Amino acid sequence: MSTPTPVASPAPASMPAHSGLFRSSRNRGLLLGGLIVLGVIFLFGGDGWVSVLNFTMVMAIAALGLNVLSGYAGQISLGIAFFMGVGAYTAGWLGGGKPLFPGDPSGLGLSFLIWLPASGIAAALIGALIGPTALRLKGFYLAIVTLALIFIGQYLFINLQSITGGTQGRYNFPTPGFGDFTFASPVPILGLEFTTNQWFFLLLLPLLALAALFVGNVARTRTGRAWQAVRDNEVAASIMGVNLFEAKMGAFILSSFLAGIAGALYASLTGIATPTTWNLLLSIQLIAAILIGGVASVWGSILGAAFVFAVPVALNTFSLLPQSASSTGVSGGDLSAIFYGLLIIVFLLFEPAGLVGLIRRLRTASQRFDARRKGGETAAAMASSEHETPLEVERMDLARQTGVSQLPDQ
Amino acid sequence: MTTFIQLIFSGLALGCGYALIALGFTIIYKASEVINFAQGEFLLVGTFIVAVAMFSWRVGFILALLIGIAATAVIGVVFERIVLQRMIGRPPFTIIMVTIGLDVLLLTVVTILVGGTPPAAPAPFDSLNAITVGEVKFGLNAIASMIVTALVCAALYAFLRFTRYGLAMRATAIDQEAALAMGINIRTVYALAWGIAGAIATIGGVFLSASSNNALFDVGLGQSALAAFPAIILGGLDSILGAVVGGITIGLVYMLTQGYESSGFLGTNFHLIAPYLVMIVVLLIRPYGLFGKRKVERI
Repeated sequence: MSTPTPVASPAPASMPAHSGLFRSSRNRGLLLGGLIVLGVIFLFGGDGWVSVLNFTMVMAIAALGLNVLSGYAGQISLGIAFFMGVGAYTAGWLGGGKPLFPGDPSGLGLSFLIWLPASGIAAALIGALIGPTALRLKGFYLAIVTLALIFIGQYLFINLQSITGGTQGRYNFPTPGFGDFTFASPVPILGLEFTTNQWFFLLLLPLLALAALFVGNVARTRTGRAWQAVRDNEVAASIMGVNLFEAKMGAFILSSFLAGIAGALYASLTGIATPTTWNLLLSIQLIAAILIGGVASVWGSILGAAFVFAVPVALNTFSLLPQSASSTGVSGGDLSAIFYGLLIIVFLLFEPAGLVGLIRRLRTASQRFDARRKGGETAAAMASSEHETPLEVERMDLARQTGVSQLPDQ
Repeated sequence: MTTFIQLIFSGLALGCGYALIALGFTIIYKASEVINFAQGEFLLVGTFIVAVAMFSWRVGFILALLIGIAATAVIGVVFERIVLQRMIGRPPFTIIMVTIGLDVLLLTVVTILVGGTPPAAPAPFDSLNAITVGEVKFGLNAIASMIVTALVCAALYAFLRFTRYGLAMRATAIDQEAALAMGINIRTVYALAWGIAGAIATIGGVFLSASSNNALFDVGLGQSALAAFPAIILGGLDSILGAVVGGITIGLVYMLTQGYESSGFLGTNFHLIAPYLVMIVVLLIRPYGLFGKRKVERI
């Protein structure tokens, strides 16, 4: 009777509009441009390029997952590849059909709408199981324990033959589909005739967008702020009332979930996974992706994945290597490994915010330049005084994101 | 019983290799609180250079080893000087990542240089040479690895205990600021730590590859060196004694599980994860290792 009626609290009018993913007109322009490029590749680029894009988008989802844990929450993890493996085998087991050949593990043949979420959930559950042990540790210790996870994963994937196929690997992975229609053997629908890769593209692009929006938004909630507080200073965060265990576990579980989904999609895309698919190198590549792209940044995850995964595949697939290099047996993979090994070091030294930070820096520089060119001295002075504050805010923002208190002067 | 003694012997030899690798980690960590994830590839580079020196330039084992040691020591010092000096004060995440970047770089360079034709694995003796007592074979390479580990430990102890720079390193490890105030040049100490770690890496790499009885130089050597991580965790990151005890323990665990797993229900390759399982158990009981010191946190 006397239950107090909840009062809808009006949003405080003075709150500044947050810089959402697609809020500013410039970001929207960039996004539109990006979508047009993707559309052109999708329609006219040929199957090879579309498959490179697909592969990149899957890795971008995994990179987003890693960025949640390592970028936003600051917990170093080398174990992301393990969770991708868990997701992949869950998808294979739940969604796979009859064995393709004797010795290949069979699957339950469930629908795409079940195996895809289930692969994420399975990885998240395993994450929730491991989390309490792993997250007791910090910094270097956590890195080493998650490294152990990779090796324990390899052992499990080799020995659980009925699910993983042992060392030969598993070939029986499902492809997404609806009813009788699957991506593996596409038939024209409503007059649209696409290849397998093109169908995958149409599925992966919205999935990646969803994951990106989700991570970007969670990072701005109370939970996301708590992650960042934990990253910046654990002791201070806990004094401010952040539940350390809860915050770290949340990040660990969300990260595992995204990794699981990415693993399932990866296996579905390639149709094979051996235990060595989920090795330390994959984890390191993903770490390189978020470092080069931008730590604690959604766009950074995507750009970084494109850089680390699309460039070498493109080099290999389309043999863009110079003749002299390819004749001495240097593969595109080797070349790009040297490249990203160097870039990790260079970015960490000079631009800890990654490609995203670089773009941001160029943008503010161009704004300054514009302002100076436009007006006379008064206008320039006004413009600079207008720009100084947001710039300072941005620099503080950058410092917060990277955990670096002193950024080099621009 | 013969098998058991044989396994204990091989385990000790392998453990000595791990102990040397673990020492490399510990020295760097003690001086500068950095874990060098590229230590495994220091090993790889050093061993590769020794192999090239022995089989392409035809120099003797001792000289080849010295060349390798010099090379990795230089790589360590240069990396510390050029990159890590600028990273002092950054969070551990950043520093781990920068060493991982170096790891990728070194691994790829060696992979490209090796190409499809790996040289033979460098070793002081032929891998078949052994002293046979009863039915147990004591390989000469394994014996050499134990002797060398003991020598390196003794040299390191003497260095830290009796020399000026050793004293400076110990002081820096205990309290950086106090050491600075006493006029110790911390930059020199850091560079020295990286140089020593690089030098030890080559020795460890050569004997690890010799005790694994591979005929050919293996690019995966750096990866197998990751098994030294459980060793340092077991011993505690900042304890030199811990590194040796941890290394030998892990070597024994590895060899014994490898020797006996075929009869068991544990599946294939259990020996590859046994060290990690031991490590996780230790971490659950003593999060700072058996010999490590708990740190007081300040805001």
